[in-house]
Amino acid sequence: MDFRLDDDQRALRAGVRELLTRRFGRERLRAAVDPPRAAGAADGPGRPGGGAPAPVLDRVLWRELGEAGFFALRLPRARGGVGLGLAEAVLAFEEAGRALLPGPLVATHLAAGEVPGAATGECVVAAVDGTLVEWLEEADVVRGDVTGAVALRPVDPLTPLHRVDRAAPPDPVAALLTAAEQLGSAARTCALAVQHARTREQFGQPIGAFQAVKHLCSEMLVRVEVARSAVYAAAVTGDPPDIAAARLLADEAAERGARDCLQVHGGMGFTWESDVHLHLKRAWCRARRGPCAAQSEEALAEDLLAPEECPEECPGECPRECPGA
Amino acid sequence: MDLSCTPGDEEFRARLREWLAAVLPGLPPKPSPDDWPGRRAYDLGWQRLLYDAGYAGLHWPVDAGGRGATPTRHLIFLEETEKAGAPYVGANFVGLLHAGPTIAAEGGAAQRARWLPPVLRGEEVWCQGFSEPDAGSDLAALRTRAHRDGDDYVVSGSKIWTSHAEVADWCELLVRTDPKAPKHRGITWLAMPMDAPGITVRPLRTLAGSAEFAEVFLDEVRVPVGNRVGEENDGWRVTMVTLSFERGTAFVGEVVACRRVLRELAYEARANGRWDDVPLRRRLGRLNAEFRALWRLTQWNVSEAERTGGVPGAGGSVFKLRYSQARQELYDAAAEVLGPDGLDLDRRWTADRLSSLSYTIAAGTSQIQRNIVAERILGLPKGR
Repeated sequence: MDFRLDDDQRALRAGVRELLTRRFGRERLRAAVDPPRAAGAADGPGRPGGGAPAPVLDRVLWRELGEAGFFALRLPRARGGVGLGLAEAVLAFEEAGRALLPGPLVATHLAAGEVPGAATGECVVAAVDGTLVEWLEEADVVRGDVTGAVALRPVDPLTPLHRVDRAAPPDPVAALLTAAEQLGSAARTCALAVQHARTREQFGQPIGAFQAVKHLCSEMLVRVEVARSAVYAAAVTGDPPDIAAARLLADEAAERGARDCLQVHGGMGFTWESDVHLHLKRAWCRARRGPCAAQSEEALAEDLLAPEECPEECPGECPRECPGA
Repeated sequence: MDLSCTPGDEEFRARLREWLAAVLPGLPPKPSPDDWPGRRAYDLGWQRLLYDAGYAGLHWPVDAGGRGATPTRHLIFLEETEKAGAPYVGANFVGLLHAGPTIAAEGGAAQRARWLPPVLRGEEVWCQGFSEPDAGSDLAALRTRAHRDGDDYVVSGSKIWTSHAEVADWCELLVRTDPKAPKHRGITWLAMPMDAPGITVRPLRTLAGSAEFAEVFLDEVRVPVGNRVGEENDGWRVTMVTLSFERGTAFVGEVVACRRVLRELAYEARANGRWDDVPLRRRLGRLNAEFRALWRLTQWNVSEAERTGGVPGAGGSVFKLRYSQARQELYDAAAEVLGPDGLDLDRRWTADRLSSLSYTIAAGTSQIQRNIVAERILGLPKGR
C-alpha cells in the first residue's frame, strides 16, 4: 500500500496546473467574469446592476484542453484516448476546480468516446445533472431530456443554468469528478485565507497570529485533508459508498471553506473584486449536481446494513450495489 | 495511489488472522474495570502471547528488540486485532507507545537493555508523569522539581492524569532541573521506579464514575542519575519524540471499532423502529462518510510515515481534530438511537458516550491541535 501520488500522477497534476495557470490564470478568470463591454451591448444576467451578456465559452481553450487529453483521459488508447484511470481524472478535475475553470467539463469528459468530437474538445457537451443543465446554450450536444428547460439568472457569473422538471439519475463517475472539483476549490480557498491571514495586519500584527483566525484556517485544512482522503480513495476503489462519502465531504469542504475564506478576508471578501465569492458560488452550483446530500446520506445509511464482507453465497437481500446483488 | 497490499502483506494478514482465531478463545475472562491488579495481569498476559508469537513491538526498530515492521504492517496488525476483538493495549500503552519508543530513540545501551525487553515480554508496566495541576496544555510550565544529591535526583511535586499509576513499575517522569532557564530548556526526563519511598498515588474519579486516572504526589523521591534518558535539561526535546508517536497510531484500532459501532447502531435502530426517523437515519449515513474518510486519512498518514521512516508528522493533529469530534458525534447519535435508554448506564454506548467527552481534551486539546496545524502546517505566525 502506498496511498500517496506516484511520480506519473505528480507529473500529470503539475502539467495540468501549468496549463491552467498559463491559459486560465487570474487575469483570464477576471476577464471571463467581466468581459470588456462592446459599446451599446445589451445587459445580461448575472451581473451586478444588470451588467454584461451571458458568458461565452472559450472554444480555443476548450480545444487545447482536448489536445492535452483532459476529456479523453480515461478513454482507452485503442479508441484514441490517453488510457488512464479514475485516479488521474480526479487529479485533473481537482486542478480545474482550483482554477475555477468554467464550462461543462464533467459532461464533456463523460461524453468522450460516445459523442463525436467530445474527446478532442471540438464538441462541447452539456448534460442534465440533478434538475439543472449547465451551459445549455453554448453546448453543441445536450444529453438528457431538456424539454421545457427554463433559464435562470445564475448566481455564479461563469455557470449559465437552465432548470428542468425531471431529474437525471445520478452518475457515480460524474459525482466523483464533481467532488474532485470541490476538493480543488476547497484547497484553494484554504490557501487564499492563509495567504491573507499572513499579510493583513490589524492591531499591530498579522491577523493570522490571532487564534480566532488561526483556528478558522486550521478547520479549513482539516476539512480539505479529510475530503482529499475520501476523494482519492473513492477514485481508487470506485465503490458507490466511497463515492457518496467523497461527495458529501468535498461539498462540505468547498462550501464551508469558501465561507470561512470570505470571513477571513473581512470586508474585502464581500467585494466583487475578490475571487472568494466566485469559489463560493461555483461550490453552490456543483453541490446541486446529483446526487444531492440527502440521497448520498440515505445511500450511506443503507450501506451500514450491508454485511461488512460478503458471505460466500450472496443471500440477495443486501442493499450493496454489486454484480452479485 | 495504491491501496492494495503486497503479497507479503496479505500473507502477514492471513497468518495473523489464523493466529488470532487460534489464541483468542483461550484467553481468560476479562477482569472488571475496577480490578486494577486483574487488569494488569490480563494486559501483560496478552502482551506475553504477542511476544511468544513474534508480534511484540512490531513497529519498534530491530535493534531495540522490535520487528522493524513497516507502518503498513503495523496498520494491518492494529486493524486485524481490533476486528477479531483482541484485547486492547491497555496497561502496556505507555511502555509500548511512549516510554519504550523514547528509550529506543534516546536511551543508552544499558538503559535499552534494562527497560525495553520487559516491556516487550509483558513483564513491566509504565505510566506517564507529564501533566501537572498547573501544567496541562502548557506542559512546559511544569514545576515538579529535581535537584542532584550525590548519585540521585531528589524529586518533589505532583503529577496528574496518570493512567495505571496504581499498578505501574515505572513512571516516565518530566521534572524541572533548572528553574532559571527558559521553561523548555530546564526540563529532564527520568525513569522513576514506582516502589520508591515518597510516592503517593490517589485515584481520580472521572465524570464517567470510574477511576481511570490518578494523581501522583512526590515527596523527596530519590531517582538514580543513571535513570535519566538524554542530557540534563534536554528532556523537552526527548519528550517530543514520544508525543508524536501518541498522535500517530494510537487511534487506528479505535476507528475500526467506531465503524463497527456505527453498523451496530444501524441494526439497533432498525430493530427498535428509530430507522424510520429520516433525520436520524441521514445522520448515521453522514457518520458513515465520516468514519470511512477517517480510515482513508489513516492510510494516507501511514503512507506518509512510511516515507519519513515511521515518525508521524503534524498530519496526526489533522486526524486527531476530526476523529475526536466524530467520536463524540457517534455516541451522541447512539443516545438518539437508544432514546430514553440512552440515559441508562447499563446500556452499552452510554458509558462510551461519557468517555468520548475526554477525546477533545486528552493528548492535546482541540484548541492546541488547531494551533499546531495553523503554525506547523499552514505557517501562520505565533501570537504575541
